Amino acid sequence: MGVQVTDKPKILVLFAHPYPHLSRVNRAMVDAVADLPHITFHDLYETYPDFHIDVKREQALLLSHDVVVMQHPFYWYSCPSLLKEWMDAVLEYGWAYGTGGDALQGKELVQAISTGGPDEAYRNDGYNGITMAELLRPFERSAALCGMTYGTPLLLQGVRMKKQLEVEAHAQIYRSWLEAYPHPRNCVGCDAPDVPEQDR
Amino acid sequence: MDGLLLNAVIYLAAAVIAVPIAKRLGLGSVLGYLIAGAIVGPWVLKLITDVEAILHFSEFGVVLLLFVIGLELNPRRLWQMRWPILGLGGGQVVGCTLALTALGYLLGWPWQVALAAGLGLSLSSTAIALQPLTERNLLGTPGGRSAFSILLFQDIAVIPMLALLPLLAFAPVNDAQSEGWIGAAKAVAAIAIIIFGGRYLTRPLFRIIAETGLREIFTATALLIVMGIALMMQLAGLSMALGAFLAGVLLAESEYRHELESDIEPFKGLLLGLFFTAVGMSVDFGLLVSKPGTVIGLVVALLALKGTVLFIIARVARMPMSQTALFTFLLAQGGEFAFVLFGAAAGVGIMSQETEALLTVVVALSMATAPLLVVINDKLVEPRFVQIDDRPHDTPEDEGNPVIVAGFGRFGQIVVRLLYANRIGVTVLDHDPEIIDTLRQFDFKVFYGDATRLDLLEAAGAAKAKVLVVAVDTQEASLALVDLAKQHFPNLKIVARARDLPHAMELMNREVPVIERETFRSALAVGEQTLRALGQTAYAARQKTLTFKQHNEELLLQLHAHWDDEIGTRITLQRQARARLQQNLEADEKAQENARGLGWD
Repeated sequence: MGVQVTDKPKILVLFAHPYPHLSRVNRAMVDAVADLPHITFHDLYETYPDFHIDVKREQALLLSHDVVVMQHPFYWYSCPSLLKEWMDAVLEYGWAYGTGGDALQGKELVQAISTGGPDEAYRNDGYNGITMAELLRPFERSAALCGMTYGTPLLLQGVRMKKQLEVEAHAQIYRSWLEAYPHPRNCVGCDAPDVPEQDR
Repeated sequence: MDGLLLNAVIYLAAAVIAVPIAKRLGLGSVLGYLIAGAIVGPWVLKLITDVEAILHFSEFGVVLLLFVIGLELNPRRLWQMRWPILGLGGGQVVGCTLALTALGYLLGWPWQVALAAGLGLSLSSTAIALQPLTERNLLGTPGGRSAFSILLFQDIAVIPMLALLPLLAFAPVNDAQSEGWIGAAKAVAAIAIIIFGGRYLTRPLFRIIAETGLREIFTATALLIVMGIALMMQLAGLSMALGAFLAGVLLAESEYRHELESDIEPFKGLLLGLFFTAVGMSVDFGLLVSKPGTVIGLVVALLALKGTVLFIIARVARMPMSQTALFTFLLAQGGEFAFVLFGAAAGVGIMSQETEALLTVVVALSMATAPLLVVINDKLVEPRFVQIDDRPHDTPEDEGNPVIVAGFGRFGQIVVRLLYANRIGVTVLDHDPEIIDTLRQFDFKVFYGDATRLDLLEAAGAAKAKVLVVAVDTQEASLALVDLAKQHFPNLKIVARARDLPHAMELMNREVPVIERETFRSALAVGEQTLRALGQTAYAARQKTLTFKQHNEELLLQLHAHWDDEIGTRITLQRQARARLQQNLEADEKAQENARGLGWD
């Protein structure tokens, strides 16, 4: 048993939500996974309310984990601005990508996202006219540039319509989803081409 | 009643006219009162003639002054000061008495007269000396503390002096001895009552009074206690001021201290003003006209002798040269207790009426010179002494640094360290030699000098620098520097530290482009941390703080536009602003709650 526990990948949850006190879904999700032994929960808005990110500390955190979960609501078809700032600041040239930038090689990036719009909207024939996979391409490509695998995102869509029971059920799914790591490789970006060495 | 009203109008009018003029002329308020007194007194306009009564009544200002000072010194601090009080005070009183007695003896007075005069003249005026010290916030400096110690010792020394006088009398006064014993017993009893009452009775009394919620009764109680103590001390033949001081010390640790202070303050101010006015009136200009040589000669001799003794004491006590001057000038005059002592000496027949009148004029005139000497010290002596004392102003080398920082206290230091860390060349000016020496050890390049001097600014490279950071401690120096820089170096961008709101307003009047209120941001940070401590998320607390900050900065602009309006308008404005802020914050909260439905989940 003990051996199995150490075999578990270490998971870093990067939680990005500017108003968690107004949230239903994301808060339930956080509450559901907070006590898992192999995860490190990291609340970005709580840690960096003035958007000044401690790059060295974040890089050290990344190095000591195997899986990076970005948990956030989907806003303006992307992540909250602090998470983008985190990517801009922490994933430095020469560290995460570029010449000598191989610190994150072989680690996994995955997202746990809630969207306001229902899943039907994120189809080619839906009102957005575009799929989640396409919208998440910037994250998937970022992972690839860092030599990371990009896992299948965990989505909860149409959150406004969800009943409390569904929200709680989703939070439990999130928990088992994290507990089940390492996941088999059937991910969105797995068949995407690797970035050629000279372009990294 | 008419007479009282008339007198009050005369005093108030004299003060209201003379004091602002004197202040504007840079002479200080004390001299203003003295001049006002001299003008309305029996020798010029003859509006007031009963000087004795006024002087006696207004001595109460000194009593209240000492009460307030006592409130700021608790017994522990007083105990810590016991050696300065005994050493400096004892040295001053003994030294001055000996020197002055010798002078009187040389003038041909009998030794008893000379000694009585010497004792009286060795005392200085607590009121006159403390006013400039408190006005300039110098009581905390070594010079200020020493001066205070000496004044305190003098107040205590008056008691044995008064007891000693009858013994000097040529013919022993009847029952001198038994009177002395009774007097001593009375004195001990009075002080015991004050200590016991101050410790055990006043606090419960104030609690009962405070519970009534009647503010004027609280004030009345405070005045009653001080006046009661003064009366008791007088009956016991002790210094009223000393009793009030003791009472103040005993109440210094009570929870009512600040309330007492603010209640007594206006009475103290007015009565002290009246006291100075009375001193001005009591100058016997008749004697000055009939014997100008003698009077002026004695005044000069008194100031010179006392000044010399004080100077020696200051040197022995290793006081910095720059403070020695003020210390010497402040204490060199005669004091109000001299009037009491001379009166007593005349009463027991040691002194003739003529001698008493002569010495009284001398003391009064010397008191009038004290504020003048302070002005002279400020304008002429101290600037020079500061240089002799420590070092000449440095001539900063113009190294072509883009930034000049004036003021390297706890504020300027942070600014400079931030710039240094980013390898930006900074020329630093400060006028505190201690700070400079410490910081030079840490390889900071700091130049000694007064930044409000044009030549120093020029030497520091103000003509070529880009930014001037005004981080000096006082509003006065800050504004003087801003004016100077704007006039001579219009290309220099000014970044200024504002001590408080009025200072910020003055800087805004001068169109300083960057003004930072020194406590504003740190107070915001504390507020933000408090919101977080209450369980709000860091980001929400941050946003609320920034909203408040933005609002407050807008309010600052509005306030500035109305700064010269009546206070009432400003209060209304602030009230409206507060209501608006409330609405803004609530609207903000609603916006966030709406966001929940729109996607933040």
